[in-house]
Amino acid sequence: MTSSPAPDDHVRITVDDVPLSVPVRRTVAAALMLEGRQAGWRVTRRAGAERGLFCGIGVCYDCLATVDGRPGLRTCLVQVADGMDVRTGTVDV
Amino acid sequence: MSEIAAVVVIGAGPAGLAAAAEAARGSDRVLLVDAGPRLGGQFWRHGAKDDLPQAPAPRWHHGWDTYLELRTDLERAEAAGRLEHLASTHVAALDVREDGLLALHLALSPTGEQLTTLLAETVVLCPGAYDRQLPVAGWTLPGVMAAGGVQAFVKVQEQVPGRRVLLAGTGPFLLAAAASVLQAGGEVAAICESGDLTGWVPRGASAALVPGKGREGAQYAALLVRHRVPYLRRRVVSRIHGTDRVESVEISRADDRGAQVPGTAQVLEDIDVVGLGWGFVPQAELLLQAGAASRLDVDGSLVGVVDGEQASSVPGLFLAGEITGVTGASGAVAEGRIAGRAAAGRVSGRAAESSRKDASARSRHRLFASAMHRAHPAPAGWADSLDEGTVVCRCEEVTLAEITAARDELGARDPRSLKGVTRAGMGMCQGRICAAAMTCFGTDPLEAARTTAKRPFALPLTLGTLASAEEGTE
Repeated sequence: MTSSPAPDDHVRITVDDVPLSVPVRRTVAAALMLEGRQAGWRVTRRAGAERGLFCGIGVCYDCLATVDGRPGLRTCLVQVADGMDVRTGTVDV
Repeated sequence: MSEIAAVVVIGAGPAGLAAAAEAARGSDRVLLVDAGPRLGGQFWRHGAKDDLPQAPAPRWHHGWDTYLELRTDLERAEAAGRLEHLASTHVAALDVREDGLLALHLALSPTGEQLTTLLAETVVLCPGAYDRQLPVAGWTLPGVMAAGGVQAFVKVQEQVPGRRVLLAGTGPFLLAAAASVLQAGGEVAAICESGDLTGWVPRGASAALVPGKGREGAQYAALLVRHRVPYLRRRVVSRIHGTDRVESVEISRADDRGAQVPGTAQVLEDIDVVGLGWGFVPQAELLLQAGAASRLDVDGSLVGVVDGEQASSVPGLFLAGEITGVTGASGAVAEGRIAGRAAAGRVSGRAAESSRKDASARSRHRLFASAMHRAHPAPAGWADSLDEGTVVCRCEEVTLAEITAARDELGARDPRSLKGVTRAGMGMCQGRICAAAMTCFGTDPLEAARTTAKRPFALPLTLGTLASAEEGTE
């Protein structure tokens, strides 16, 4: 990657191959919303509708994404880490 | 810990921290297990930097001094080898063995992997609660959140998950959530409270029982006035509009049952976040797995039955905090202290020292909470004029029309039958979010509440995790 290094209190993640610099305190959900400018990212199986953060505390399973190859993680509970790879869309778990 | 723990405290929120701190005074084999990466639970949820020495008290927190005191107690107990804290660990199941020991099946949070078993002589269960939800048209749109989710976001990110927020539902927590949004620099378009609050005197008799609540309420009121936030009583969200996310919200007057009154709609434009909350639902699955006695509380919550020492009907299992009735953090701390002492006392065989101070705080907070619950009922009439196409079960995307058809045409008259026919409640959240709605379709409220709260595991586990745990025990 040719992009400049992240500031001290930031880490670099990629969301669907797009690089993002985000503060270390972000959860993946917060990074998707605040730096990724996305309100919804999981696509439902029946209606094909987008869902995003709902309960915010790990109860509702609406905010799922694939993180570093692991499908179906609750993005509201996962802290960002440098080099993290996030994939959005339909989740098969 | 290969040995048998004397006291395992489940949950590191206000009740659990207090229970662990007290238990560690009477026992040197205490374990505190919590799904979160840091102490504090939902109430004292915070970021890593808030735990640094000399860090200022986060401005959206109440009772932060109590948190710091409890944290210091636990750090001392840990340093003395009396207590161990298992962070990021979820208790997936809790059962009572034939020899009377309690078995806790643990999994890593949030992945749900690496199932292990832990044995305990006593357990203090402090699982906390999450926002109660009721369906409304458009509530699956991104940008619609639980009111507690909006506040949880602010507590860690120090930023609002959007720009202009509408809070709606019932109860004083909506004020707390609105205050967090304002303190983080966001805008609050309005607070819609479904109740009319007649008979509720915030600064009257009930608040006099717990002065802290009165002060907290006065602070919220001042903040809302300063930011000119409309507090609309007897108003409910009747539809949320938007294509890819929330854009505007239609609100309507509410009748005596909390149902929207047709023809009274008014649209609030330019809203990107809606926070919904109808009180709180205690996490009851571990309680039911252990086979402890439960009852319906005044707010309709399924809660555990306890005696004066916070003991449940299962020997060795103590309960504290919202699982005994939604009472808030201060009441939870009092209950936690009593339960922690009682649990350690049971193991040592020495009767727990009684504390009149904790017992009196507990009863004052319980009285205040029941007055509060009566003033803020979750509306019985939420479905009265709800659009038929509204999704009730968010996970399986089951609509109100599908549920009423299953009820009226197929005779499915309780949550269990409805789940079998429509899949409502069968998704990843294990029926937690739609439980309040689904229990309304049952004929026996207590039975319906128990059915919707029954889960063999407290979080969905993969077959691989279950299989490798099975191998590990052979």
